[in-house]
Amino acid sequence: MSVREAALVLADGSVFEGEAIGAEPPAGVASGEVVFNTVLSGYQEVITDPSYAGQMITFTNPHIGNYGVNGTDFEARRPFCRGVVVRDLARRHSSWRAESDLDGLLRRFGIPGIGGVDTRRLTRRIRDHGALPGAFGTASEATLRAAAQQEPGTDGIDLVAQVTTAEPYVVERTRDAERDGARRIVAYDFGIKHTILRHLARAGTVEVVPASTPAADVLAREPDGVFLSNGPGDPAMVSYAVDAVRQLLGHVPVFGICLGHQLLGLALGADTVKLPFGHHGGNHPVQDLRSGRIEITSQNHNFVVDAATLPAGVQATHVNLNDGVCEGLHAPGLRAFGVQHHPEAGPGPHDSRYLFETFRRLIDEQDATR
Amino acid sequence: MPRRDDLESILIIGSGPIVIGQACEFDYSGTQACRVLRQEGYRVVLANSNPATIMTDPDFADRTYVEPLTPDVLAEIVSRERPDAVLPTLGGQTGLNLAMDLYRAGLVGRPGTPELIGANAEAIETAEDRERFKQAMVEIGLAVPPSGIAHSLEGALTVADEIGLPVIVRPAFILGGKGTGLAGTRDELRRIAAAGLAASPIGEILIERSIAGWKEFELEVMRDRADNCVVICSIENVDPMGVHTGDSITVAPAQTLTDVEYQQMRDAAFACIRRVGVETGGSNVQFAVDPRHGEQVIIEMNPRVSRSSALASKATGFPIAKIAAKLAVGYTLDEIPNDITRKTPASFEPTIDYVVTKVPRWAFEKLPGTSGVLGTQMQSVGEAMAIGRTFPESLQKALRSLETGRAGLNADPGEAVYALLNDDELLEAAARPTPERIFHVAEGLRRGIGIEDLCAASRIDAWFLDQIARIVEERAVLEAAVWRDLPRAAWRRAKQLGFSDAQLAHLWGASEDEVRATRLATGVRATFKTVDTCAAEFAAETPYHYSTYEDEDEVRAGGRPRAIILGSGPNRIGQGIEFDYCCVHASFALRAAGYETVMVNCNPETVSTDYDTSDRLYFEPLTHEDVLNVLDAERAASPTDDVQVIVTLGGQTPLKLASGLPVELIAGTPPASIDVAEDREKWNALCARLQIPQPPGGTATSLEQALEITRRVGFPVLVRPSYVLGGRAMQIVDDEGQLKEVMAGLYGLGLVGFGSLGREGGLSAERPVLVDRFLEDAVEVDVDAIRDRTGEVLIGGVMEHVEEAGVHSGDSACAIPPQTLQLWVVEVIQAYTRAIADALDVVGLLNVQYAVQGNQVYVIEANPRASRTVPFVAKATGVPLAKVASRVMVGATLAELRGEGLVPEVTGGQVAVDHVAVKEAVLPFSRFPEVDTTLGPEMRSTGEVMGIDSTFGLAFHKAETAAGTVLPDRGLAFLSLNDGDKPAGLVVATRLRELGLGVAATRGTAAYLARYGLDVDLVVDKLGDGDGPTAVDLIASGEVTFVVNTPQGSGPRSDGSSIRQAANVHRVSAVTTVEAALAAVHGMAERAAQPLRVRSLQEYHGG
Repeated sequence: MSVREAALVLADGSVFEGEAIGAEPPAGVASGEVVFNTVLSGYQEVITDPSYAGQMITFTNPHIGNYGVNGTDFEARRPFCRGVVVRDLARRHSSWRAESDLDGLLRRFGIPGIGGVDTRRLTRRIRDHGALPGAFGTASEATLRAAAQQEPGTDGIDLVAQVTTAEPYVVERTRDAERDGARRIVAYDFGIKHTILRHLARAGTVEVVPASTPAADVLAREPDGVFLSNGPGDPAMVSYAVDAVRQLLGHVPVFGICLGHQLLGLALGADTVKLPFGHHGGNHPVQDLRSGRIEITSQNHNFVVDAATLPAGVQATHVNLNDGVCEGLHAPGLRAFGVQHHPEAGPGPHDSRYLFETFRRLIDEQDATR
Repeated sequence: MPRRDDLESILIIGSGPIVIGQACEFDYSGTQACRVLRQEGYRVVLANSNPATIMTDPDFADRTYVEPLTPDVLAEIVSRERPDAVLPTLGGQTGLNLAMDLYRAGLVGRPGTPELIGANAEAIETAEDRERFKQAMVEIGLAVPPSGIAHSLEGALTVADEIGLPVIVRPAFILGGKGTGLAGTRDELRRIAAAGLAASPIGEILIERSIAGWKEFELEVMRDRADNCVVICSIENVDPMGVHTGDSITVAPAQTLTDVEYQQMRDAAFACIRRVGVETGGSNVQFAVDPRHGEQVIIEMNPRVSRSSALASKATGFPIAKIAAKLAVGYTLDEIPNDITRKTPASFEPTIDYVVTKVPRWAFEKLPGTSGVLGTQMQSVGEAMAIGRTFPESLQKALRSLETGRAGLNADPGEAVYALLNDDELLEAAARPTPERIFHVAEGLRRGIGIEDLCAASRIDAWFLDQIARIVEERAVLEAAVWRDLPRAAWRRAKQLGFSDAQLAHLWGASEDEVRATRLATGVRATFKTVDTCAAEFAAETPYHYSTYEDEDEVRAGGRPRAIILGSGPNRIGQGIEFDYCCVHASFALRAAGYETVMVNCNPETVSTDYDTSDRLYFEPLTHEDVLNVLDAERAASPTDDVQVIVTLGGQTPLKLASGLPVELIAGTPPASIDVAEDREKWNALCARLQIPQPPGGTATSLEQALEITRRVGFPVLVRPSYVLGGRAMQIVDDEGQLKEVMAGLYGLGLVGFGSLGREGGLSAERPVLVDRFLEDAVEVDVDAIRDRTGEVLIGGVMEHVEEAGVHSGDSACAIPPQTLQLWVVEVIQAYTRAIADALDVVGLLNVQYAVQGNQVYVIEANPRASRTVPFVAKATGVPLAKVASRVMVGATLAELRGEGLVPEVTGGQVAVDHVAVKEAVLPFSRFPEVDTTLGPEMRSTGEVMGIDSTFGLAFHKAETAAGTVLPDRGLAFLSLNDGDKPAGLVVATRLRELGLGVAATRGTAAYLARYGLDVDLVVDKLGDGDGPTAVDLIASGEVTFVVNTPQGSGPRSDGSSIRQAANVHRVSAVTTVEAALAAVHGMAERAAQPLRVRSLQEYHGG
């Protein structure tokens, strides 16, 4: 196997040497906003998470690709990230679950990658300077530098439009759900992960609708609950969705995760702010302020709801113990709640899965009073 | 939830001596706990019989009891100290078992008695009783291997019939898998079940369907009293199920689990700790995974900190024991800061951006008769850990850290032996788990044996095998390269795969220094990254570094003078925790004196590799190359000249590196003096000049020379290679025939170059064999002293050995102060010691060994470095010798240190004591039933204990009890003595009678005793003579409670050896020297005459 030498150049001019992996990008240049993720397992789920649209994912775990890839661990129909940066891509994978290898997956979906990078140095750079635009590939350093400087990053772009489903579709409820009655849940797809759909389907039939679906169309479906999904980028770029959520509030129970949580926050009148380099990992401690319990959570976001701006009647329910940012909110009067982290995991710990149960109860309480 | 204020004083139970399965990891965890609890304002009472531990330093607890860890001693301590709580989860299996004994006796864990914190009795029982554990797991829906319980052989066979062979037999309530085994046939089952029933203190075994060959994983879990749970680390075993995890090469984090599988395991681990009911603290949960379809089963859980949790702490930077101690007193995880980031709480799961590999170290070469095959019972005596950015890099670093003469994964002189195996034999070797298997696998790959075949043979996961193949393939590329023209990228690739300069030098026929210089010229140098628990997500405060070959360095030095302390590497027989103790003390003392201390070591069990111990920690192999890299990094980080390197506290490991370091950097005694002490000619000249008698002898590099020496000095002679540790291959030789055998053995090993000796010291013409007249019936004496730069000498301790010269000093019991030597003889010894210290220009520690025959004092050897006995002397006398020595080495004088109060005012330059302390060795024989237990000049003990009391007899009794030798007060004593020992044996037999024991003896011994009017109760036939019961039968029957068997001459004879073996297997206390028997009966008599008394070190030393 011949090595294709490559380099990664950040917008601040720093250069990292490596070798090309995955798909060959056009003209040997791939660009995007460079972020890092600290998970130790779950690279396939991370790479296929639509929330990474526009971004190049640096894995801090040096060995990536060890257990190959399989048909079940996709979080979306395809990956939307711009590239993958690793220290060491496995030559050979080993797992009874594997159906193919990671390099093959990257090539199949046209995702370029760079291996052999000092990813710790890169991570330290991002940590100190914030998420940075960057470019990598086999092109010359000068070309890569120019591409990195021209790369706009993720600010001011509606990335949701790039990842949302074009047409509504239905996910049938799973076997467990049948036992305790049918619920109809409408899920906004801002970049929804398959694991979320699997969890929602345990509560009932899920009708997935495009991000731009107006509130009236959703209400016309007579949902028992509305779910606002995760997704990429700046919530301010999806103002149409904020409007829709505002119109839904009070009519139907609402549950938002990640971007969906931020949109809920904006719809309730709070502000969002961008974190220096975001939360991207599977080990963040979040405290449920009501029970005091600590949940180790999966996180992937750059923006957060500013807790100081929550209006009256909206409680902050969860806080990130590492940096104190708002991880959850609840508007009891409006039967709406959201969390910044990923209770569905995929990848990550299962500590917060109870939130799907909370959503189900919220729906059922509504049915009881109706 | 804040700290509990309803508790004031807490008793911590330590783990006792270093034994296989329970090593210094419990000193590390216990030390952390003591420190934390005192910081929290609790009064800490500590019980531990091991004087070589840091935790038993009087500074670490309010009351430190160096007393035997037995239920009655603990009960006495509890009644004396009346603690509010007992923390049993930090002292290994020993601590847990003792806590349960106290609980059953109604002394703890009941209303009105001290509370058990960390884990209560119910939780301990649920986790430790295998059947209860399995039931509990089934109850919460977790899969376990099918199994059944048996209390008898018949029961065992019935269970096996139900679940099908092969089965694993595991005794209940044991440590380190002792008595565990894999049985494929009914005959094997009978044998293994019998051993297991005997090993279990409650005579119970679990018989379980074997899942050998499955993948093995461990999760280190913590829980607080608010029920928050986190996983600190996942560990994957490279060796599949069937090899004890302590004997497996293990890797952190887990490498071959998808997130779905990992999270399933995490959920199961939490369910397990909750069901078992460990309320606070750390637990280790083990899983097996079927590689074919992913079925997961839970194997076991330890409701306490463990060897794996020490490894996990070092692997992640998350201090499990420290946090566990805080959780035990009421804090919750979110209330405790992560002291590496200082910004984030401890309630998170560490993530790492490197790979950690642990490789065990075994001592089979010291235990002739053992098979060397690994199984479900742990046999290793130590381990090395290495950190690299990738698995290949960390594996190669770990292998060279072991100090078994290997420079990495093959590509070194040691690989020559594998050429003797054909491909089939190599595949067979890959299927058999041994210390060599990883090298066999690499050699197989080099020859083109496929990964599939090796995977099928070894059941090592294909991912690991492919990573090993990367190393093997790179080696072929390197071999073919023109090395002087190697481009930067090629150097970098080789170094990133972990190749040492020594391996490259071997491949290219170059010298290591040439390789290094050429490499550095291309700009490829080691870079040091940081262990930070968070994969660089947050800025780290704690400087804990490892080398790799990447883009940037993260070392930040301060502006103070630096002392770099080279540690002692993996534990092995002859070099264990004692040397780590010395290094840690140096670090503490020098830090307190204003130095920036820098520790270099690769042993994950130790206190020295706690990132808190020194200002900076480099977790690195102790090789020439790796130490130079640290020196370069230190000089680059703060380019002042003020760097000193301490090489004399870590045993042979750093001493061997001294010659490769710039001589001006070495602190204390000049390296030339070390050479004078080691070089026979120079040493002889020095002794002659000082007129200090030596046993006559000489050096030989051939049999002819050796024979020539014996003609001059006569037999018996002591034959030993120079430059080796722990009496490796030392033998007493009685005649020419034996001498021929011994020399052939030594040079056979040495010349081929890869025998165990060749590995440790390198036996060659430059490293000759020493042949000395063996002094019979001589008393051996050890002295530890410190000399400062002004020439003042402090005699730290003069130790008289219980066993006569000829038993390795590390295996011999010894006493402070000397018990039989005349005062003037002790003074002569002190005078000689001073003279030698002056002549060698010692600045720091000096250990001298003497043999006293009659009143004639002979010097045997001197070592201008820390000895194994330094911690014992410190605990016996209250003078912190290692701290004093480290200060002296960097320039302080004893007078100055007296001013600081570190050294007491003494008269005559010797520390006086008004009590007696006895050190006793702890031997690993119970794990190796096939090994003869007789003591000799080769050291075989793994650890030591101390007994301290007002008289020698009481102190000796305590030391024996602490070492696990039960000195009985009833039953039948069995004596079988060689002729020379019979007079003393008469005294032993008489005393035993007086104590109310029956006496049985072999025909010859009985006849001798009868001649002096002592008719034994039972005369026993030697093996094969007559029809009566043999000694072996009698021991097996359980009637005999005490065995005194002294071997004939120096070699084991089959009869004595079978007696000792029977005693070992049936766990009957046995002594193999008449001196020990005399001391034992003396102790038994004194002990019988008065009640047990315990006293803390603080009381002994007025602290």
